Amino acid sequence: MSVKAAFHFQWPGFTLDVDLSLPPRGVTGIFGPSGSGKTSLLRAIAGLDRHAGGQLSVDGSVWQSNQVFIPPHRRALGFVFQQPALFEHLDVLGNLEYGYKRVPTGKRRIELHSAIEMLGLSPLLKRRTSTLSGGETQRVAIARALATSPQLLLMDEPLAALDRRRREEILPYLESLHDELEIPLLYVSHSPEEIARLADHLVMLEGGRVTAAGEPQALFSRLDLSLAHESDAATVIEAVVESHDETFQLTELSFAGGSFRVAQRPLEPGSRARLRLAARDVSLTLNRQTDTSILNIFAATVEAISDEGNGQVTVRLLASGVPILSRITKKSAHELNLKPGQQVFAQVKGVAFLT
Amino acid sequence: MFSEADWVALAVTFKLALITTFILLLLGTPLAWWLARSAWRWKFVLEALVALPLVLPPTVLGFYLLITLGPHGPVGSLMQAMGGHSLAFTFTGLVIGSVIYSLPFVVQPMQAAFAGIGKRPMEAAATLRAPALDRFLTVALPMARPGILSAAVLGFAHTIGEFGVVLMIGGNIPGETTVASIAIYDHVESMDYVHAHALSGALLLASFLMLLLAYAGNRRFRVLQG
Repeated sequence: MSVKAAFHFQWPGFTLDVDLSLPPRGVTGIFGPSGSGKTSLLRAIAGLDRHAGGQLSVDGSVWQSNQVFIPPHRRALGFVFQQPALFEHLDVLGNLEYGYKRVPTGKRRIELHSAIEMLGLSPLLKRRTSTLSGGETQRVAIARALATSPQLLLMDEPLAALDRRRREEILPYLESLHDELEIPLLYVSHSPEEIARLADHLVMLEGGRVTAAGEPQALFSRLDLSLAHESDAATVIEAVVESHDETFQLTELSFAGGSFRVAQRPLEPGSRARLRLAARDVSLTLNRQTDTSILNIFAATVEAISDEGNGQVTVRLLASGVPILSRITKKSAHELNLKPGQQVFAQVKGVAFLT
Repeated sequence: MFSEADWVALAVTFKLALITTFILLLLGTPLAWWLARSAWRWKFVLEALVALPLVLPPTVLGFYLLITLGPHGPVGSLMQAMGGHSLAFTFTGLVIGSVIYSLPFVVQPMQAAFAGIGKRPMEAAATLRAPALDRFLTVALPMARPGILSAAVLGFAHTIGEFGVVLMIGGNIPGETTVASIAIYDHVESMDYVHAHALSGALLLASFLMLLLAYAGNRRFRVLQG
C-alpha cells in the first residue's frame, strides 16, 4: 500500500472520520452526496486545510502526523480543482511550465512534452487561458498537475462544472491516464457513471464517514448502499472479448455468468472490456423467452428485493455468482411472485461500454 | 507661463507625489494583502483606520501631525533628543503626512484586487510546488497588476491634489514645502490670476490624464476577467 490516510476531526456541523489505504496505482473513486466530506478529505490530503489529528504517508514518506506537517508545496502531489484555477496572466504553456520548472531535474519522471501529448494540448500552447473552452481548461489543469511528476494525483470533481459534451471530450483522456500512470489517482465524484468508467477501487462517503470501500462492481450492486437505489443505478461487469460475428456484425464477450452479444466493436479478441448494465434495462422472466428480439438473456437467481417506494423495486440477481441489478415495477414483481432463491431469466435490453 | 517659483513648486509637488507613491506601494502591498486574506475578527478596526483619511478634514489630520511631529510632540522631541530637529515644516514631514493622507487611495484598490484573485489560484500554485513568497510574487502580484496600477495612479494623483495637510504640517517654504496647490492659493491671495490659471490648468490636466490611465487599466482588467 503506498498511500495511507487517516483523518479524524470534528467541527461544528461537520465530521471527517476516515481511514484509508490506497493501492499503489490505479484510480480510487471517492463517491458520496454533496456535503459528505469528499472535498474536505481531498483538501486534507493535499495539506490545503490543516487539521490536527491527521495521519498521512505516501510511498513511505510521512506528509502528516502528530509531529509533522509538510506544507502543500513540498508534497509531491497534483491537484485538479472542480472550478478551473488556471493562471490567467500566463498562456497555456506558461501554466504548464509553472509547476514543471519548480520540480528539481532529478525528480522529474514526467517530461513536459509527454504531459502535453497525453492531454492533446500541442495546438493550444500559445493560447491565452481566457480563450479556452471549459473542457480545454480542465485538460490544461490536468496536464499542469501531471507535469510536476506527482506521486499522487488528486482530482476534485474535475468534470462537474462541464456540460455533457465537454465531459465526453475529457473522459477518454482520463481513461488513458488510468492506463498509463504508475501512481495512485484519487478521483472525487458524485457521478456513478464517471466512477463506473474510471475507478478500480471505490470508497463511499456519507456524513464524513466511509460507508463502504472495495471493488466498484461489488459496491454498485449492493442493496445496502445508496448507489443501487439511484434512478440510474447500474451494474458494472468486467468481460473479455471472445469473437466477432461478421455475418450479423456482432461482437461476443464473455463473463462468468454467460456471454453478451453486442453491436460490433473494433476490439481485439482477448481484450478486456468494462460493461455497464442500467438496472432499468434489465427485465425478468420466469421462463427463457425464445420469441424475443432480445439477444442477451442470462439464467440467474433472485438474491434480494428492495422496495424503492415509488412503485418500483430493485432486484439483485446472481448470474453464476456475478451480481446484476434489475429495476422493475412492484406490480411485475408481485405478478411474477419473485422471492429470494427463485430461478429467473434476466433479459438485458442494452449494454453500454465503459472502456 | 509659469514663474520660476511655480516651476519649483511643481517640482516639489511631483517629487513629493513620487516618493509618497513609492513608500505607499512598499508599505501598502503587504498591508493590503493581509487585509484581503486575514480572517482576524478585529480586522475591521484596521480597515476603518485605513479609511479614516477619506472622511477626515485634512486640517484635522494636519493638526495632529503637527502636534506629533512638532518640537514638543513625541516624534519631534525624540528627533531633537537624537540631535536632529523637528519634522514640522520640512519636506520629510510632508512625506509622512502625504503617506497617511493618501493611504486609503492605495490600500483599498489593492485590497480589492487581491481579494478578487480568490483563494484558488494561490492554492493551485501551492500544489504546483510554489512556496508562499514565490506564489505571492508569481501569481498574486501579476494577477492583481491592474489593481496595483490603479492604486499607484490614485495615490499619486491624490498626493498632488492635497492642500490642507500640507498647509498645516509643511507650511509654505519655497523649494522645500511649497507645493503647487499652495502656490495657487498664494497667487489668488495676491490677485495674480494669470499664474493661478496656469498652475491650476496644469494640475487639472495632469490629474485627468492620470485618472484616464487608471480607468483604462481598470477596463482592461475587466475585459480579462470576462
